[in-house]
Amino acid sequence: MMRNEQALFDINNLEVSFRVFRGTLPVLDRANISVFQGEKVGLVGETGCGKSITMKATIGILPMPPAEIPHGEIRLHGKDILSLRGEQLRNARGQISLIPQDPGASLNPVFKIGTQIIDAIRYSSSGKGLNKRQMRSRAIEILKEVGLPDPERNLSCYPIQLSGGMKQRVLIAMALVTDPVLLIADEPTTALDVTIEDQILSLMRDAVDRRNLSILIITHNLGLVREFTDRLYIMYAGQVVEEASTKELFRNPLHPYSHGLIDSVPKLTGEGIAEGIPGMVPDYLDLPPGCRFAPRCAHAMEICSNTPMMSQQGEGRRVACFLHGQEIREERGQHA
Amino acid sequence: MLRVSCMDRKSGRKEANMLDLADVKKYFPVRGGPLRRKIADVKAIDGVTLHVAQKEIVGLVGESGSGKSTLGYTVMGIHKPTSGELLFRGQDLTKMRSANARAVSKQIQIVFQDPGSSLNPKRTIKQTLELPLKVHGLGNRRERLSRLRELMRTVELPEPYLYRSPSALSGGQRQRIAVARALASEPEFLVLDEPTSALDVSVQAKVTRLLMALSRELDLTYLFITHDLSLMRNVASKVAIMYLGRLCEMASASEFFAQPLHPYTKMLLSSIPVVSDEEERLKPPRVVSEGEIPSPVNRPTGCSFRSRCREAMKICETIDPPLVEVGDGHEVACHLYTQSDS
Amino acid sequence: MKTIEGTYSAETPLNTFWTNVRKAWYKFSRNRMSVLGLATVLIVSLLAIFAPFIAPYPAHAGRFVNFAEANQPPSAQHLLGTDVVGRDVLSRILFGYRYSLTMGIIVLLLVVPPGVVLGLVAGYWKGKWIDTIVMRITDIFLAVPPLVLALAIASVLKPNLTNAMIAVSLMWWPWYARLVYGVTSSIRTEFFVQAAEVTGASKAHILFREILPNCVSPILTKISLDMGWVILMGASLSFVGLGVQPPAPGLGTMVADGAKYMPDSWWIAVFPAIAIMIVVLGFNLLGDGLRDVLSVEEV
Repeated sequence: MMRNEQALFDINNLEVSFRVFRGTLPVLDRANISVFQGEKVGLVGETGCGKSITMKATIGILPMPPAEIPHGEIRLHGKDILSLRGEQLRNARGQISLIPQDPGASLNPVFKIGTQIIDAIRYSSSGKGLNKRQMRSRAIEILKEVGLPDPERNLSCYPIQLSGGMKQRVLIAMALVTDPVLLIADEPTTALDVTIEDQILSLMRDAVDRRNLSILIITHNLGLVREFTDRLYIMYAGQVVEEASTKELFRNPLHPYSHGLIDSVPKLTGEGIAEGIPGMVPDYLDLPPGCRFAPRCAHAMEICSNTPMMSQQGEGRRVACFLHGQEIREERGQHA
Repeated sequence: MLRVSCMDRKSGRKEANMLDLADVKKYFPVRGGPLRRKIADVKAIDGVTLHVAQKEIVGLVGESGSGKSTLGYTVMGIHKPTSGELLFRGQDLTKMRSANARAVSKQIQIVFQDPGSSLNPKRTIKQTLELPLKVHGLGNRRERLSRLRELMRTVELPEPYLYRSPSALSGGQRQRIAVARALASEPEFLVLDEPTSALDVSVQAKVTRLLMALSRELDLTYLFITHDLSLMRNVASKVAIMYLGRLCEMASASEFFAQPLHPYTKMLLSSIPVVSDEEERLKPPRVVSEGEIPSPVNRPTGCSFRSRCREAMKICETIDPPLVEVGDGHEVACHLYTQSDS
Repeated sequence: MKTIEGTYSAETPLNTFWTNVRKAWYKFSRNRMSVLGLATVLIVSLLAIFAPFIAPYPAHAGRFVNFAEANQPPSAQHLLGTDVVGRDVLSRILFGYRYSLTMGIIVLLLVVPPGVVLGLVAGYWKGKWIDTIVMRITDIFLAVPPLVLALAIASVLKPNLTNAMIAVSLMWWPWYARLVYGVTSSIRTEFFVQAAEVTGASKAHILFREILPNCVSPILTKISLDMGWVILMGASLSFVGLGVQPPAPGLGTMVADGAKYMPDSWWIAVFPAIAIMIVVLGFNLLGDGLRDVLSVEEV
């Protein structure tokens, strides 16, 4: 893109579709997302925008019979992981760690915390050759790093004995213990109270800064991305519609959807409740021609029946909207 | 102003409060041992006194474990209070006979939090909405249908949706149906238990707008339970903060946000993630939150917040601060504000 | 179509019963085994219903002897051979399917309603005395080995098909009570049940119109799987002489009669046994398919 260095993690024109009873749903349409070394990047959107699909495709947990990836690449250190197999694929995936969404549901309730962390260590590349005692002390070390009180005792606890915040710390520990280069955090604080969310965010920020990691945080919480990320992508109906530095986006959102989103959040300044965005997210089987947001957009024009290209709006800033650029995107023949 | 509690049971007075809670407690027994005898209590609500005047929108704010949802359910009658008085328009809800109770259930309704499970997936919208009408005998078949049509218009949904099942609706649409169901029996008072928390941001705004418009048009009173203080800033006329089963601060909305007093309130407000610089400036200075809420089974002695409070003093360890009025309608339960009061 | 809430409604099909059936068929038909099961069940049912018209020798299903043609191996006139008194095995099997299916249907008709009602009541009032009473009675019935129970009943009553059905019913109902108890006790804390309670709906409404519809899927699946097992149980009882009595062509009875003549006139026992296997397998495959379709959520 704009920067000279190669991105650590690069999703290139990724397309994902789902084959279901009623037809084929084009759930991800030419997504382009990059994360550079040491960056904190946000992937923001509401339900059904495709951010979870993007994450699942990266981690490799998309159910491949209904899902298909007709085009696109996901590159880590320049290599397309979608084309790797076997040992190479495992190694590549081992460098990406997921901090999953719901701490209550993401830990196996019938195994102790210690067992689960040690499992993560054992199957990671950095855990090879360690004996039991070494793995255990590494587990304690990582639990200390994430601020879990009394780590030795907690190793023998079951998830049900821990609070939500503590479970989330364990999950972060499990993500860090494999020495990843990229963390993907999927709605890491949605299930948590706001005071605990605060603590977890500090924890993640420290871990990322201290280890010089990169993190891609997937969420619908705008306040969270504003506090935490350097750069973000806004997604709508399977497309990336805006890319900007966090500061720039909140100062001046270009895409009408981004603007509507920020507007919808109730403000402490007491301006009353916003209008929200009229209309609804489109049904993937019945997408409007051209810009997917046009039916709900107050600024829709005739040209919006074509798909806008992501146009450059300055350093690291792009938006897919005819208000800011006139290029029409070429379609690749007929979409299935 | 309207804080006068209606203890003399005369419900005919115009200034009667919609809802009065007087030292309401709700304990859930924890049973253990081979004989399953009670070994402890989960003190979900531990002495709450609260008044809701007519047409007020009271925001009940707290985190998980605070007991706010339990309080909402107790008001609804889903739980019976362990002790304390619960008055609706002056009538004691706990001592009602079933005929009266049914009449009251017409007037108090609830909108639940989770749109996914608050509508029966195996019943159509029409069947779900018709239930309150049938139960209270409100009209014959034709009248019911016309009332249903009216309800759908009120919540801004197309009439054909009556014949769908909830799985064909989005989260926001389901919540509108939940609101329609609550309104079916023409209640005067609604308990709203985090009605928008499970929805997307843009949909939250629309549903909240609907709720506010309805409160004006239909003269409704709300007990709005939430964890979202930014939302309350724009919605509530009075805000009450709950922590571990008790109120720690209560004030009119403007007072509350202008001058938050309790250390927990300040911690809450300072950790809200906001989306603009102006809002940042409005937040109280950052109180880094440490620790977590204690378990409601083992309340700490003294002030329940002291384990996380930067400003804890000696007295906080032994004496539990009572909720005291320190200004015009502004109540707070904290030794910082009650010691030097004359 | 301009709607207040936007573009969602116009093109999305109404979630009617038939849309759901089509969706279910789509999912179901992708599993070949399930379709095989369904086909088997349908074929067997048709054979049973039309047995008098399809069977080459319908009279052989009743009292009939023809010692001239006894013990014939499978041939052109008797595709599956004849038995020791000269009756055509194929025809008897077709009529035998009637007994099997009748047994399955009647037992399940007897067993499902009381089991479901008891399960609903016990599950809804979980923790109260009614729960304890119902579930302990259920446990008692489940603790007795089924065949022992059947033998005990048969020793009291006359051995015939009706009493076999009674015996099987008495040991089958607890499973439905248990199943519905499980679903009910987990659903009853859901918000939509609380909403109905708060509205003031009667308990009957809550049990039968709010909770029961959510139990239908697991119940249907179980019924389908159970058909096979009930038929097998019935055949087992007939085999030991407690069910269908000769000369009626119960499949289990036929196996019992033919067992004496193994391995010489193997066809007398083996073909009825295969017939039992086919129908049981068919119901099992169908039940598995139904379970896959009814329990998995759509993407």
